Amino acid sequence: MQRRFNALGVSSMAIRIGIPRALFYYSYYPWFAAFFAGLGYDVVISSPTSKQILDHGVRETVTDACVPIKLYHGHVVDLIPKADILFVPRLVCTHKLDGTYCPKFLGLPDMIRLSIKNLPPLLTPRIDLKSGLFPKWRLALSVGRELNHPLPQIFSAYVKAEEAERLYRQNLQNGIRPGPATLEALRRDRIQPLANPRRDLTIGLLGYPYEVHDRYLSVDMIGKLENLGVEVVTMEQIPPEVLRKQGRVLPKDLFWTYSNHVIRATFHLLHTRSVDGIIHLTAFGCGPDAMVDRMMEIECRQRKMPFLTMTIDEHTGDAGVATRLEAFTDLLRRKKEAV
Amino acid sequence: MKIAFPYMGNSPHVFRLLLNDLGHTPVVPPPPSERTLSLGTKYAPEFACLPFKILLGSYIEALEMGADTIVTSGGVGPCRAGYYGELHRRILTDMGYQFEMIVLEPPLKDIGDFVRKIVRLKGKNTWREFFHALRPAWQLMKAVDEVEALSHKLRPREKVKGSISAAYKRAINTLSQAQTIGQVEEARQAAIAELMAVPRDDSVKPLRVGIVGEIYVVLEPFSNHHVEETLGHLGVEVHRSIFLAQWFLNNGLYNREFDVKKAASPYLPELIGGHGRNSLGETVRYAKEGFDGVVQLAPFTCIPEIVAKSIMPAVSRDHHIPVLTLFLDEQTGEAGQETRLEAFVDLLWRKRESRKEGTTWKVSSASM
Repeated sequence: MQRRFNALGVSSMAIRIGIPRALFYYSYYPWFAAFFAGLGYDVVISSPTSKQILDHGVRETVTDACVPIKLYHGHVVDLIPKADILFVPRLVCTHKLDGTYCPKFLGLPDMIRLSIKNLPPLLTPRIDLKSGLFPKWRLALSVGRELNHPLPQIFSAYVKAEEAERLYRQNLQNGIRPGPATLEALRRDRIQPLANPRRDLTIGLLGYPYEVHDRYLSVDMIGKLENLGVEVVTMEQIPPEVLRKQGRVLPKDLFWTYSNHVIRATFHLLHTRSVDGIIHLTAFGCGPDAMVDRMMEIECRQRKMPFLTMTIDEHTGDAGVATRLEAFTDLLRRKKEAV
Repeated sequence: MKIAFPYMGNSPHVFRLLLNDLGHTPVVPPPPSERTLSLGTKYAPEFACLPFKILLGSYIEALEMGADTIVTSGGVGPCRAGYYGELHRRILTDMGYQFEMIVLEPPLKDIGDFVRKIVRLKGKNTWREFFHALRPAWQLMKAVDEVEALSHKLRPREKVKGSISAAYKRAINTLSQAQTIGQVEEARQAAIAELMAVPRDDSVKPLRVGIVGEIYVVLEPFSNHHVEETLGHLGVEVHRSIFLAQWFLNNGLYNREFDVKKAASPYLPELIGGHGRNSLGETVRYAKEGFDGVVQLAPFTCIPEIVAKSIMPAVSRDHHIPVLTLFLDEQTGEAGQETRLEAFVDLLWRKRESRKEGTTWKVSSASM
């Protein structure tokens, strides 16, 4: 089938759309990947986070930005030789009860295009699903039209995207981490959750998915905890409808989607008491987390749930993190034994 | 009710007048000091922005003075300031203080909630008395803005360094004692006369620098280490892009800042909260009006200003206007800031000289 591509000035047979492996990759990649694949593109992602990618990001980004944003810049740089078009959307709202996104997400396409040189054409749709009928379909339609695709093709790609996302969410709720869950969702396989070895401690590791599930950035906190014999629960395992019920607990919602998810997950875990402790994984200098962390700390203290804040940045050392996690799990075990 | 409120620039004088007129007891916290900042920093989250910390310290001081109510503004984000009220309330309650927190959200968000809170503040007054009480406060707000702007214009021209600052202090003191519309007008005219009477040299052609950035650190001299005064003493006429009255008009009810939005849109077409977009748009405007440079002020970790800062080099390059960005927190040293401002002003003078001579001097944006 002929793929004409005049909207962005690129004309070639195997067009590659690059999606950076950072920020909303961990939440929405399956939907977009399936959608673009359905339209006939090759979807490429950047390499997994590494020191080199982080260094590139730190070099390109304004100093005061938080490390996830710096990392995103680094992933964009990594994609430049690998893609014909870069997908850098403007994420404004994905659900009317969740609020908006951190201002850095709102200004992300502009930060990228005005800081990094030699970029290929950028695809920067504005994603605002707050109101109207079938907002995701309308998003698919507008992106598909911008890329000059016929309606039937857009619709079929949309259906594939919805299916991929449904499968992805199911995998996440079964405790499969985003990396493998993504691959399976796109290959439309069903995977059985691994039989978990007996673990005597359960900890809620709460934080933004692009930090918790990025092995390099989080200094593999999940892996370290599991090696300490801990069953790790992240907020992806809690169904979104259950989370939203907790939204009624706060007198005033926070403004940022991921922040609302984290605080609601906190309330959920405090309510079900299904964990022995909560760790908040947060980035140095994160604006919204200054508020989220304090609220989590106050709530956990008042409801007698052990709570630990782990801050990460571009200099985070492996040993320091390991020591603190060991100490925390030690204390939790002693507390359990004392009972 | 014994009511305390946020201390920001000249706001305390206005709020004191308004609350007195409504029959409440205003509890005016002392001007922010090192103690205020220490208290705030101690009890606030580490990465809360500077205004949050200063205000927390200020509220603690007000509660120590016997306040039983705090009134503040809310918001809907995406900037964090809209959530201050809620987090301040939680922290102070957790510390053991007992008080009522009244957060005035934007009326268009929930008009019922807004009216209920206004009724609470209205107290025993009739609606007529309530609106009547607003008028002198509004006039006072406009008067202090006007006097402040005038001091910025005159300061680089003063013959004796510090004479305008001294006159300005006296002028604000007089204004703060006015209680009726008539007294406000009298005080305003006296204040203007006092400033104009300070000996100055009108032949001086000072550099003109625009100040943009986050509203609190732009308006509150304690938080920005008196940057406007420092620049004035370096021979610079500063022009602040935000004033109290103008902000109320533009943001209290609806947004009227068209020009700025349009100017910023090639760089940032989205509202990102706070003054992020304004900082960019105002810089474009200052460039078009032939200003020599711009200083961007923001609290450390201020998200909209970080986005603006990353885009600022493009604006600075395209419109040929030097921009200095200063991020402020509790560790910011006054001496360090003065040095940077001196260096910046030096470069601006040289740029102007070289323009006269016809040589080119490339200055783009620098940040700290």
